[in-house]
Order: sequence, then C-alpha cells, then structure tokens
Amino acid sequence: MMKNKIAKWYQQSGSDGDVVISTRVRLARNLSDVPFPAGLGGERKNEVPKKVRAALKDSSKADDFDFLEMSNMEARDALSMVERHLISPEFSRCNEGSALVLKKDESVSIMINEEDHLRIQVMRPGLDLDDAYKIADEIDTELDKRLGFAFDERLGYLTQCPTNLGTGMRASIMLHLPALHERGAIQQMANTVSKLGLTIRGLYGEGSKPEGAIYQLSNQVTLGISEQAAIENLKGIAAQIIREERTGREQLRKNPRFEDMIWRSLGLLQTARLLSHDEFMTLISNLRVGVALGIVKGVGLDTISGLICDVQPATIMAANRRDMEPSERDVERAKMVRSRLSGTSPQ
Amino acid sequence: MLCQNCGKNVATTFIKKTINGQTAQIHLCSKCASKQGYDSMFGGIGFDLGDFWGSLFAEPASRLTADAVRCEGCGHSFREIAESGKAGCPTCYTTFYDRLLPSIHRIHGKAGHTGKIPQGAGDSLRKEKEIDRMRAELSECIKLQQYEKCAQLRDRIRELEKQDEQP
Repeated sequence: MMKNKIAKWYQQSGSDGDVVISTRVRLARNLSDVPFPAGLGGERKNEVPKKVRAALKDSSKADDFDFLEMSNMEARDALSMVERHLISPEFSRCNEGSALVLKKDESVSIMINEEDHLRIQVMRPGLDLDDAYKIADEIDTELDKRLGFAFDERLGYLTQCPTNLGTGMRASIMLHLPALHERGAIQQMANTVSKLGLTIRGLYGEGSKPEGAIYQLSNQVTLGISEQAAIENLKGIAAQIIREERTGREQLRKNPRFEDMIWRSLGLLQTARLLSHDEFMTLISNLRVGVALGIVKGVGLDTISGLICDVQPATIMAANRRDMEPSERDVERAKMVRSRLSGTSPQ
Repeated sequence: MLCQNCGKNVATTFIKKTINGQTAQIHLCSKCASKQGYDSMFGGIGFDLGDFWGSLFAEPASRLTADAVRCEGCGHSFREIAESGKAGCPTCYTTFYDRLLPSIHRIHGKAGHTGKIPQGAGDSLRKEKEIDRMRAELSECIKLQQYEKCAQLRDRIRELEKQDEQP
C-alpha cells in the first residue's frame, strides 16, 4: 500500500490551509438484525464484513476500494493507519472478524466491526465540511439500500454507544494553532466551545498531548440536531478560531524572535542527523507557520502535511516493512526530512 | 493550568460533563486522561460511559436485580446495559425505550432525531403515518355509519399493511 503511486489526500492542502490541516466526517451505522460487535463472536461476527463486501461489490464505486482483513495486517501497518487517522486506536487492536474498506487515495475508510458495525469516514484536506459530509452521505445512502441500517424515528440511527444516537455523525477539523497555543488561549476556547456542543482536543486522542500545536475541533451532540445544523455550527466556530489564530500570528510576527525561531527550525530540520518524533513535531510546527505566513518559500503546506504523516513512528516502520528501534527511526526520520526540505533555501 | 487529577502536569484534555443537570469541567493531563479512558481518537466521547450511565439510572438496585425482561435481539437485560453503558443490539433501544430515555435526554437534551432519514425507513414511516390517519378516519366513518366509505378505507389500510409485510 505504501508503494501505491496514487496521491494521498493528506499530501494536498486545501481551503484555509494556513490554519486548517484537514476535515473529517464519520458516520456510525449498524445492521438492524445483528447484535453490536462487542457481543458478537465467530461466524456471526464474520457475517458483517461479508455483507458489507457484497453490498460494495454491487456499488458503482467498488473498483476504488481495497478490502483489508484486520487479522492479516501487521501491527505496525495498523498503527501507521492510526497515525494517518484512517482508523481508530481501538480498531488497530481488533482482528478476527474486523475489516477495513479503504479508498485507494485513503480519503475514505470504512471500519467494519469497530464499536459499531460500520464507521464510514471521509477525510479532506483543509476546511471542507460540506464535501466531506456529501461524500459520506452518498456512501451511506448507497450502502443503506443494500444493508438497511438500524434506524428509529425518534432516536435516529441506532448505535452501540448512546452518545452517537441520532445522526451518528462526528465531524472534526484538524487545526494548526501555534499562535493561540503560544498565547495560552486554548483552554478558554475549550470552555467556550463546550458550551456550544463542541469539543477541542489534541492531535491524537490517546494521551493527547497537543503535538505541534495541532488540535481537533469536533461536534459532540448528535441527537436533536441535523447533520447540516451541526456542520454549520462547526463552521461558525471554526471561522472564529481561524480569525483569532491569524490575528495572533500577525502579532507574533512583530517580534523578531518569532521569525528567528522559524528559520532556526528550518535549519535544524534541514541539517539534523537524528530527529526524535517530539522534536520533529515542534520544529515542523514552527516551519509550518513560517510557510503559511509566506516567510519561508520554496516549500508548500502540502509537502509539510505529507511529511507530518510519513515520519510518524509506525508509518516509518510500515514504509520500511520492518520493526525499528526509536534510535533507528530517528536516523530515518532525519533523512526523510532533509530530503523533502532540500529545495528550501534560507534567504 | 495543571491537571486536576495529579496536579503535576499541564492539563491538555478538557472535558465537560453534565450529570443530573450539574455541569462540571475537568482538566486533565494526557497521562491521567488516558488512564481514565478519555482517549478515543475518533468518536466516542471521552469519558467512561459505564460509570456515567450507571450513575444516571435512578432505579433502585432491587428492581434492577429482579429484572426479568430481556431484549429479544441479543438477550441483554436492562441491568447489563446500565452497567456497561452500551446497548447490546439495535433492538435494545425498542425493548427498553422508556427506561433508556431519561439517560438519553441527559446526554443529548430532550429532543428527537431531526437528521437524515434513510430511504427505506422514510417510506415505512410515511406509510405508518398514512395508516394511522386512515384508521382515525375509519372510526369516524363507523360512528357516522358511512359504511361504503368504511369498506373503502378498510381495503386501503389492508393494502398498505400487506405492502409492509412484503417489503
């Protein structure tokens, strides 16, 4: 899969790309006549991927997708998918009876037998909630014709966890917020958005340290609010956060230390022979804001987005098709970073 | 701000819980957040729903233990759902609808579904509403002794119900 020549969605940058890295929409769906995956074993569990596979086969989009059994997947490949946000950490530990449907450009993934029978997920670069939802909605409609998802007129789509009842939709935006992070404004923002039924947290849920000042903003309430209303809500808040972040960046820019920090970060990234993941995330965050502000030229936000995905620990191992010690990965990471940033010269 | 659990690390995870109308904001560091189960990347909402649901059920324990009703779809009792915070199958929501509703309201507020309606469910929903309407009309006609119209309505109701049986 790593050899695949098709450009991946995350190697692109999109609308409001200076602040918004990507957009994700996820729909939770279940077959109406089968217990939820937690209570399923053996044959009955295997039935679910079989049904989904058959439903997909009939669909016009079948050729765009790969069907992967989780039990056949190497742990590092599964973890790499977590790092690229294609699957959840929980799902990477699933095996027997769990399967993944993955679009070749990795912009669509369907987790089968995660917490729910199906988790349809669509990723887009930049801020693109409407398109992400539209694509997810079409896949849902098409699969529903063949699978008949569990639905109740009062409770909406029925999900294992009651927090997903209703639309079953979780929409999130991945934001790069170095200025707001620097100013210590994230917490106050978190307080405000939580009152509006939204939540903000670090890049990766698990032990979510806000690595590289990357945060996720997502909707929390799914019942009593339509998909469109939830998306509008999210868009409205995102617009305010983006505006604040841009203002903050302009203020930072007045400080000569800020520009100095960006150039130093580029220097380190271009010359280091060892780069730990933490150090990389800090430096790339500095470089990203420099590129977004037009201070550093010759490198695009798309290159940076691609790099952030490709040098994550398990993704490095997946590309090398073997497990590696952290020190060995640091060498490989530094090498990849040097090579991809070689076209950027200090001015 | 420091983590409210360990008081040592910087809090990076902010969680807002509303339990019994009381809203509390919790600030945790990544380690403590992870320990307490606030670590799902995609969905779910971060906190331990087992505890959350469990604490929401105001029903006396005796009633929960003596509970004999089981879901037809998966065999779960209401108690099992309350303890795990998770439904066993879609039918659980129908079987225990009235008892689950207060907790669902506490999570999402008192509102019904207003989002997408799947094509299939939409049809049967519309059909159901049509049958309800015709039944009401039928009982009016019986009162008014309009037997010819009664027969027509009865036939149409039968026809629609038959369609439901053979989707």
